[in-house]
Amino acid sequence: MSNEPAEDSATTASPALPVDSNPEYIKVRNFSFNYTPEVRVLKNISMDIPENQVTAFIGPSGCGKTTLLRNFNRMNDLIPGISHEGTIHVNGREIFDPKLEVIALRKRVRMIFQKPNPFPKSIYENVVYSLRIAGKNNKSLLDEIVETSLRGAALWDEVKDRLHESALGLSGGQTQRLSIAHAIANMPEVLLMDEPCSALDPIATAKVEELIAELKSKFTVIIVTHNMQQATRVSDRTAYFYLGEMIEMDDTEEIFRNPKHSRTEKYITGRFG
Amino acid sequence: MNALSSPKVPKTKGRGEPMVWFTGMWLSFGLLMILVLLTIIVKNGLSTFWPSPVLQIELVENSDAKLRGSTTLAGDVKKEQIRTTAGESGEPVPEIQLFTGNREAYNTGFRYVVESDITSREYPKDIIRAERLEYGDMIGYPVRIEFADETRLESTSKEFPEALRRMVKEANERRDKIEHIEKDLIGAINRSMEKIKLNRRGWDKAESIPEKDRLQMDAEQAGLQKEYEKLASEARELRNLQNANRLIYRIPTGDERTVATGSVVDYYYPNRLNIFQRVFRFFARIIHFIFEDPREANTEGGIFPAIFGTFVMTILMSVVVVPFGVLAAIYLREYAKQGPVVRAVRIAVNNLAGVPSIVFGVFGLGFFVYFMGGSIDSLLFSERLPTPTFGTGGVIWASLTLALMTVPVVIVSTEEALVAVPRGVREASLAAGASKWQTIQRIVLPASLPGIITGLILAMARGAGEVAPLMLVGVVKLAPTLPLDTIAPFVHLERKFMHLGFHIYDLGFQSPDSEAAKPMVFATTLLLIGLVIALNAAAIIIRERLRRKYKTGAF
Ligand SMILES: Nc1ncnc2c1ncn2[C@@H]1O[C@H](COP(=O)(O)OP(=O)(O)O)[C@@H](O)[C@H]1O
Ligand SMILES: [Mg+2]
Repeated sequence: MSNEPAEDSATTASPALPVDSNPEYIKVRNFSFNYTPEVRVLKNISMDIPENQVTAFIGPSGCGKTTLLRNFNRMNDLIPGISHEGTIHVNGREIFDPKLEVIALRKRVRMIFQKPNPFPKSIYENVVYSLRIAGKNNKSLLDEIVETSLRGAALWDEVKDRLHESALGLSGGQTQRLSIAHAIANMPEVLLMDEPCSALDPIATAKVEELIAELKSKFTVIIVTHNMQQATRVSDRTAYFYLGEMIEMDDTEEIFRNPKHSRTEKYITGRFG
Repeated sequence: MNALSSPKVPKTKGRGEPMVWFTGMWLSFGLLMILVLLTIIVKNGLSTFWPSPVLQIELVENSDAKLRGSTTLAGDVKKEQIRTTAGESGEPVPEIQLFTGNREAYNTGFRYVVESDITSREYPKDIIRAERLEYGDMIGYPVRIEFADETRLESTSKEFPEALRRMVKEANERRDKIEHIEKDLIGAINRSMEKIKLNRRGWDKAESIPEKDRLQMDAEQAGLQKEYEKLASEARELRNLQNANRLIYRIPTGDERTVATGSVVDYYYPNRLNIFQRVFRFFARIIHFIFEDPREANTEGGIFPAIFGTFVMTILMSVVVVPFGVLAAIYLREYAKQGPVVRAVRIAVNNLAGVPSIVFGVFGLGFFVYFMGGSIDSLLFSERLPTPTFGTGGVIWASLTLALMTVPVVIVSTEEALVAVPRGVREASLAAGASKWQTIQRIVLPASLPGIITGLILAMARGAGEVAPLMLVGVVKLAPTLPLDTIAPFVHLERKFMHLGFHIYDLGFQSPDSEAAKPMVFATTLLLIGLVIALNAAAIIIRERLRRKYKTGAF
């Protein structure tokens, strides 16, 4: 582990974007993060994540991908003793601004966890959870949202006859798609997916991947993955992390065909990691 | 091969074996003690209700057991034991204990008889056992009925059994009627009178009463008085009727005695019953015991008020202790910054469970009864002072005292349940934009409910059986009214109440004739255990349902 944070290791290439999308939808500048004063987990990261695209984070375990992801919706606030430097803007708004409401931020930037954690409630109630807590209880509206969200998560046909049964009875793949349905039900702007397929079998993985490709028309998606094929299949841009630094970020095709850093090349070709 | 058979391979299996037996032994010992205790309580508690046959014995002339100079004695055998005589020889002497009844004639209800003094035994078919309003049971031979109009009906006549049955039935019906008049009707009049009186006092304090109101009150009062007199005379007449007919009976020692049929509650021929009749009577007596009011300083009759009081107190306590404990635990576990202070508070809470319960009783008396009750009285019931309404022991104060005493149990189990809710589920909720409180309310609390109910079960088990603090804050030997009834406002939380645990103490250790009270003590103990088990079972059933509903299985 290097003692000094590397400087300006990020080089931001110009992305190929849909015409009206914002190339700096999430703008990270010189961002460093500590869990405890002794251990620096993220070192001086700067990057831009474009709107309505899928961005993949890759890198060996423990390099800080989850930590960065959890900063985007400030889930790390729950951990005592954290500190950070630098800024993160989401859609032009600084998220560490003391005046910003964390709850509103989390509604816009939705996190889907590595290990899906359905609530001990019915499938229906799981999907509409974020609406209920926002005080939306109109039955016909909720019914409609349940159907569109479950269809959006490619789960509708499998569960439409048992919406009111416990969500704990679903299979692993179904549960992960349920958390996606739950996440998109209240129309967020960004979906953060932390290794969403790590616990799924190949068929379920294929379904979720298909889903991600569709989701990007409506949402900005960031996906952490250890699976290089998955990154090439689903993402438009890819960022490679190593020991808390972002080594390189570029269009996915470019990074896999022509990595600029030798570390990146070693990692993606499987010689290291 | 060589290595396998080498003696250096440690014999892992053989070593721990003696400890299995040793630890198991202690568990079995504990279980055995509990089993013995329960067996004693169940056996003695249930045998109280069993209508055993009545044995009649002839004694030798010089026996010490003779009653009223007679060598004949009858009663049901309570105990057979071997007593060692006093003195150096210390010979073992077999003896029996008879319940002889007829306390007013013998001045005792029990008699020990040395077996060698008995010359003959029989079970006379004609002997009768009657439960009376006074002096406990009668055991004797019916002789005749003397009616109010001086006519007589001898027990040898054919009509006698039917006549006796009818008279006891009529007397019981009349007794219910008298009770209805005196308790309900006259009680209602008394309450109206009290209201007018308080009204007057209120007027007196303020200014003189306007003429119109005074006249109206006078008229009302007079009307009530008249109604009262009418009812009172009706009750008096009925009471006289109760004493009009008399049953003459001969006690086994020979004398004839008299009892008004109005004071016979029930009677039967103990040596004529077949097994089905016995079983039927057994259950009927249990039902009576559970649903009737006590008589004769609680040593006879039922214990309904005590069951009801215990039940109401326990439920009230639960209603208070659960929100109190759960909210405290939520603060401690979810909101407070975990650190030395919180740890110290947690230790203090745990130690609160070790404070002797009488200390809570004293606190309850000082804080709840005198301070809170006194304040309520001076604010809301000042017209009744100096008679206290809330400023004296009552079921509400007893429940609050017990709630305070048992709240650590609920806090500890709730905290454990809260910790067991996986972090992932909480994060999923927070990530959905829920606030901390929304997460607690919608996710954490429902998932912790089974654990919270476990805490409630423990609290109930501790609270329902507690006696010492209750004696200071509202339990009484005999409460004239129940804390819930049909008179508005239906719930009378300020009332004093009866309690099974206190009942046991009072009967067993405060009554003048503890031997006579013993069956009641066992029966009451059995019921208290039964009630605690029933309340716990209810809570466990609810908990299992919730567990199945949430299927978290993390508790
Ligand atoms: N809650 C935490 N407290 C302290 N250190 C943590 C915490 N979570 C993660 N870390 C540390 O931060 C580093 C980065 O972890 P993480 O972001 O989970 O990596 P990745 O997701 O890339 O595998 C690791 O060294 C890990 O041990
Ligand atoms: Mg991770």
